Amino acid sequence: MSAAVLQLVGVTQQYGEGETSVSALSGVDLTVDKGELVAIMGASGSGKSTLLSIAGGLQKPTSGEVVVEGTYLSTATRRDLAQLRRRSLGFVFQDFNLIPTLTAVENVTLPLELDGFRARVARRAGRDALASVGLEDKLDSYPDDLSGGQQQRVAIARAVVGGRRLILADEPTGALDSVTGEAVMKMIRHRVDQGAAGILVTHEPRHAAWADRIVFLRDGRIIDESQRRGADALLSDAR
Amino acid sequence: MSVRQSLLAILDQGPCYGYQLRAEFDRRTGSTWPLNVGQIYNTLDRLERDGLVEKGDVDEQGHVYWQITDAGSAEVQAWLDAPVERAQGTRDELAIKLAVAATLPGVDLGAVIQRQRSASLRQLQELNRAKYAGSNPDGPEELAWSLVVDSMIFAAEAETRWLDHTEQRLARHPHRTMGLELSTETPKRGRPAKSEASDTEAVVG
Repeated sequence: MSAAVLQLVGVTQQYGEGETSVSALSGVDLTVDKGELVAIMGASGSGKSTLLSIAGGLQKPTSGEVVVEGTYLSTATRRDLAQLRRRSLGFVFQDFNLIPTLTAVENVTLPLELDGFRARVARRAGRDALASVGLEDKLDSYPDDLSGGQQQRVAIARAVVGGRRLILADEPTGALDSVTGEAVMKMIRHRVDQGAAGILVTHEPRHAAWADRIVFLRDGRIIDESQRRGADALLSDAR
Repeated sequence: MSVRQSLLAILDQGPCYGYQLRAEFDRRTGSTWPLNVGQIYNTLDRLERDGLVEKGDVDEQGHVYWQITDAGSAEVQAWLDAPVERAQGTRDELAIKLAVAATLPGVDLGAVIQRQRSASLRQLQELNRAKYAGSNPDGPEELAWSLVVDSMIFAAEAETRWLDHTEQRLARHPHRTMGLELSTETPKRGRPAKSEASDTEAVVG
């Protein structure tokens, strides 16, 4: 059985039609296995964020297939997608995206509660997730009372709470100083090493280097995946 | 130069014998700059000649303890107070390679850059992994070592960023290179050819 948590097969995303159409992604193939962190790099407008939205089912590609833990997103209903996002996927954003009126543990358990977990069960899972990012003493703190690094750790806890296995991180260190950013990256690395899978979009080479593989996008195409296949073969593909 | 100053700075903390000095240097730099004991003794001899250290007590095992002089302590302070002067990097091998490659018609400079970037990132990955594997991240020795590794990480990152920048600059040129063909003007032996611009200036002047 394949260990793939996420598969993108021939994913193409076009905006607009006819002569004015723009391809944000063109025939992207990407597989992320359990225990694997893949970094996506590329200049602004290369398609990094589009790729992440499509991988997370937030956006349907023009063509191609996305498979998350065996679920084919093209044929999934909206309800299936919502459930997938609640149960399988965890997003980590640059600006944390925590709900300011909820405590740390409430932020983390929200997806579980939306999914119908009993409050006590959800709280226990939330407490475990926060403990795993070193915030067991901040359960009842509000986001405004936490530092940027702590808020991002809450977001990581939210991304991995329950049985979530796919972390999708969009510039997770962008709003943090370099030392805090490194600590956040170590945390994501650690979670992946424990059996999750992750995609990391970043423009910081230092942080991308925490990944097992680094994939480069240019004009919506993967131009170099040399860490998976032979460098020369890939560079000739790009031409 | 920094080995000499570093050993002196360690001796400023108290007398040490040769092997001990090497061990102290190692644990403060995460063994990233291995020294053999011969280098240590050579350096100590020179420091003694310059009046910065002197031989002190000898223990039962015959270890000679070296101690710092007042002049040595003053030198340590001067070293810590002064910035390190970096040599100008105009002869960087990679910069020269890319500069030349950018002028060669038919060379896919994008591919050259991408290969280099992959190599730099692979080096970054190895450095990160080395750092991640540290046993006691909060210990002083681990901290000292990670400072050295960090300097390598940031240097590798700077190279990657510079490659990104180079790629973007070249993307403004068709085919990503500037295609400089061999000049028909051959320089005269023994001195460079005058450029047209300087000729014109000479006439105007």
